Amino acid sequence: MSDYPTLNFSEVNVGDALPEQEIDITSGLVVSGALATRDYEPVHHDKSVAQAAGLPDVFMNILTSQALMTRFATDWSGPEAVVKSLDIKLGAPNVPGMVMKVTGSVTAKDDASGVIDIAVMGENNIWGMHMAGTVQLALPQGV
Amino acid sequence: MTPEEIEALEAQIYAYVGKEVCTATPAKDAVNETMIRHWTEVMGDTNPAYTNPEWAASSKRGKTIAPPAMMYVWNQEGYAVASTGRPSDAQSDLVQLFNDHGYTGVLGTNVKQEYFAEASPGDQVVMEMVIDTISERKATARGTGYFYETLATFSNQNGVKLGTQRFRVLKFIPQEQPAAASSDSALEVPTRIPSPRGHDNKWWWEACDEGRIMIQRCTSCQTLRHPPRPMCGECQSIEWDAIESTLDGEVLSYTCLRHPSIPGYPKDPVCAVIKLDEGTHLVSNIVGCEYEDVSIGMRVKGKVEQVDEKTMLPQFYPGTGGARS
Ligand SMILES: [Zn+2]
Repeated sequence: MSDYPTLNFSEVNVGDALPEQEIDITSGLVVSGALATRDYEPVHHDKSVAQAAGLPDVFMNILTSQALMTRFATDWSGPEAVVKSLDIKLGAPNVPGMVMKVTGSVTAKDDASGVIDIAVMGENNIWGMHMAGTVQLALPQGV
Repeated sequence: MTPEEIEALEAQIYAYVGKEVCTATPAKDAVNETMIRHWTEVMGDTNPAYTNPEWAASSKRGKTIAPPAMMYVWNQEGYAVASTGRPSDAQSDLVQLFNDHGYTGVLGTNVKQEYFAEASPGDQVVMEMVIDTISERKATARGTGYFYETLATFSNQNGVKLGTQRFRVLKFIPQEQPAAASSDSALEVPTRIPSPRGHDNKWWWEACDEGRIMIQRCTSCQTLRHPPRPMCGECQSIEWDAIESTLDGEVLSYTCLRHPSIPGYPKDPVCAVIKLDEGTHLVSNIVGCEYEDVSIGMRVKGKVEQVDEKTMLPQFYPGTGGARS
């Protein structure tokens, strides 16, 4: 168990910043992310279709953004945290060649349920905000 | 569209509120370790709750779980979407109705998943979906349109509710047609917006490019003015010359532009109106100290600096001579 520690609710404070993550947006990540989420919409794997839609290249599907936002939270919290909700506002597309920086901090704690709110922002270096939202995690309480 | 046409369309689209997009349908595959592993590899997610059965056995859950963000994955249509297209349903009919009336733009704007229970390998995810809401007609930055929201509900084989997903989509009349096939040129990292240079202010920016901040002066009555303009507000003379500012001044007003950050610009820039000692005001940035350390009346000293590959701008530092080079 000690190989994979999980934060205790009592260790976490409103205002705590999570470790930043920088994610290289590659064609491999965009296409593989679409297929790993069984999303076969052509705009996520066929460049010509994406270009006809006015984008320079294939772009990341929402299910991959959801995955990356959850991972950002649970990489920090540890595996015994239970994800309660994921609420995302979608912004500019993530296109190969971009770098997305993911940042976040704890914005609320509910003592009764042990649930914390983490505000997360994913911004790419070309077009800015890709995703902004809140992940709620239930953390272990007590010892 | 005329008001009558809008009314006729709205009568049709609002009839879709509450319509079922799909009736309770079990996913083609039960939750399984293989699809979970493919997902975790791509997402770079090493959470042992998903892929480490030995650890999971000793965890509170006692077994591995599917990543919660995979909730919608299990019921995805699959390769048919790329090969033969999506089958028709209430949502595609609604989208077609929008498209037929010029609302061809589409933009997913929000997605919210709530999780009530975790799923583990062997569980069968059952999804049902309805069109839950359609907004009134709205003017948005993208164009005029309607937001519609689907509500998907997920359960397992025992009828235990796993979670819900609300997906909000804007269907809109595009303000301009998207560019045809974009070029293959590499993505350019943005720089700051270039200064607009016209007949009356080009000279000011050209001096700035050379490291000097100028203040226009009426040669008839000697009144200084900024920003540059053709006529003196005091005596209406159009004769002018300019003096160079020492860039000593004080903060008249300031704010911090918080997120979303703008590509090409620093994060959380402090923007201020500086009262130069010559008397005119200049909108600029305060750098070299935290926003919390800025105050009205604070003395500042400016320096013209290269702020990105293409741009020279005055930047103000706290103090009277502390400009860093
Ligand atoms: Zn004058």
